[in-house]
Amino acid sequence: MTIPAPLRAVFHALVYTIVPGALNLSGPDWEGLDQLVDGTLCARPPSQRRQLRLLLRLIQWLPVLRYGRSFTSLSPDKRAAFLSYLEDHRVQLIRCGFFAVRTLALLGYYGRPEAGREIGYAPDARGWEALG
Amino acid sequence: MTRRAYDIVIIGSGAGGGTVAQELSPLCQQGVRIAVLEKGPKLRNEEFTGRELEMAQALYEDGGAFLTAERTMTLAFGSTYGGSTAVYTGTSLLPPERILKRWNVPGLTLVDLEPRARKYMAENNVHFLEAQHINENNRLFVEGCRRLNYRVQQFPVNLKGCRGSGLCNLGCPNQAKQGTNRVQLPQAERNGVEVITRCEVLRISERALSVRVSPKPPAAKGEPSAWEPGECYVEAKVIVVCGGAVNTPALLLRSGLGRRLPRLGQGFTCHPAFIMVAEHPRPISNFVGHPKSFYLDEFAESERFVLETCMYFPFTTAKAIAGFGQEHSRWMAAFPRLQMILVLACDEADAYNRVTIDGHGRPVIHYRFTPDVIRGLGAGAARSAKIFFAAGAVRAHMPLGRPTTIESRDAGRVDRIAQRGEFKPGKVPVSAAHLQGGCAMGSGSEDSVTDSYGRVHGIPWLFVADSSLFPNSLQINPYLTIMALADRAAEAIREQAHTLL
Repeated sequence: MTIPAPLRAVFHALVYTIVPGALNLSGPDWEGLDQLVDGTLCARPPSQRRQLRLLLRLIQWLPVLRYGRSFTSLSPDKRAAFLSYLEDHRVQLIRCGFFAVRTLALLGYYGRPEAGREIGYAPDARGWEALG
Repeated sequence: MTRRAYDIVIIGSGAGGGTVAQELSPLCQQGVRIAVLEKGPKLRNEEFTGRELEMAQALYEDGGAFLTAERTMTLAFGSTYGGSTAVYTGTSLLPPERILKRWNVPGLTLVDLEPRARKYMAENNVHFLEAQHINENNRLFVEGCRRLNYRVQQFPVNLKGCRGSGLCNLGCPNQAKQGTNRVQLPQAERNGVEVITRCEVLRISERALSVRVSPKPPAAKGEPSAWEPGECYVEAKVIVVCGGAVNTPALLLRSGLGRRLPRLGQGFTCHPAFIMVAEHPRPISNFVGHPKSFYLDEFAESERFVLETCMYFPFTTAKAIAGFGQEHSRWMAAFPRLQMILVLACDEADAYNRVTIDGHGRPVIHYRFTPDVIRGLGAGAARSAKIFFAAGAVRAHMPLGRPTTIESRDAGRVDRIAQRGEFKPGKVPVSAAHLQGGCAMGSGSEDSVTDSYGRVHGIPWLFVADSSLFPNSLQINPYLTIMALADRAAEAIREQAHTLL
């Protein structure tokens, strides 16, 4: 497991905030999402995996300074406000860090074939012929 | 350590390496031993599934998300049999004369390059896609441009038997795209060239290479390498480096050539790009059909951008749409109604933008967005939004606008919305796939790395034949120009075979 269990809850809270539709995911859906994320992270250098773990810890605890609560204890609106703050931060490194976790959340959610079907994406190698 | 010996070793199998391999392959009949060493795998036809993450992982370096040192842009380039020609859309443009003049490389002219490029256009079945095969995503771009009196043009494409799967960027599942993986490499192999996949070149020394062959990972796609896994020492009388604008400069740098070639790694350009999307009131054909059939380059000189039609897959699209939450999800839910345009900035070589290596010898790309690039992206975004609305879109998404969503009632305020937005690196999703420079052609080692035939200055047995040769941005899709330059390099090697081999 590339995201250790205590940080997995932080990552899932991030996914809920970035893609609100994730609230409707079932247990097996989450397993699929986590597998995609783990598979992607496994192919990355160990240094990037370490940076991701650090980033998730920062996202969990930085809101304490702002809201007096950790990220996973915040209401959905406050979580979104906090992520918007990171996304638009004056420090480039922080913006890039947020972009990285956002990318990972979107990869896990929209990388699932079920998510493609839900939004009407139905590719077929037969192309025009498949349209009938 | 295993030792092997060849007369000619070609590193990389993309537009450059595949071309050189084919052009030199007739020498095999005279007993010349030629090998192509490719870092990526060779997939079987049935392994091209069109599934986004699976194919990106199998065919691209770093899954298509190679990060720059600043972490503000991802670079997409192939790492497979055929290199990036396995994953591009097959757009085939001749090198522009104005650019060649600006490059000012002694001995390099359009008169010389064009017939070479045309040879590969014929070989790769380059033609204009017939009207009935153009999907609505492309047709709406044409309609919007024409209503605005923009000079929209059709891309010639190298397709044979295209069924319109729309999966070009994930490797065509129907083998319709005529990249080097389908045309030049198979021909070279038939003529006696060996292609060794999963084979990474670690270093080049005097007429020799150190390489590492990787085993096929469990459950991974592709065939195992023809060579045993492990490190290997390969002697070669001639070495042609065709690893692309990231890996070629990096290989030469870790081979210790930086001191004698001070320009090595300099002049990296890449046409930084982002995706614009717009929603139409009804579903349109977008993910079916060839995705990139038209372009607009009339503003390349005046406003520093080029627009191309495009259509991407769910994750890539989600990444390209700025922001998150309900608004982001609303855009994604509109997928069947989305029109897309790729905005590419025409960047210029800049002293900061370059290829270096880290402590392990891995490539590091340093890239900052110059004011010209930022202006180009902003102008391209505004023009794209106008095209969307002229084609009937109800709203458009502008990643650097403020707000990022523009409703059709605000179509007249597009320029103001674009100007009000602020380009914040790391916030706006920027990526690039036209990677160029790092081993520029020129007249001597003080201003370049190679001569106009790709021969490295001062090292007669070492050649470069890929997009790293470009002294500056080409401002168009680069593969035909790469093939034409590779053809020149092969010609030079053939002509000097009696002394080199």
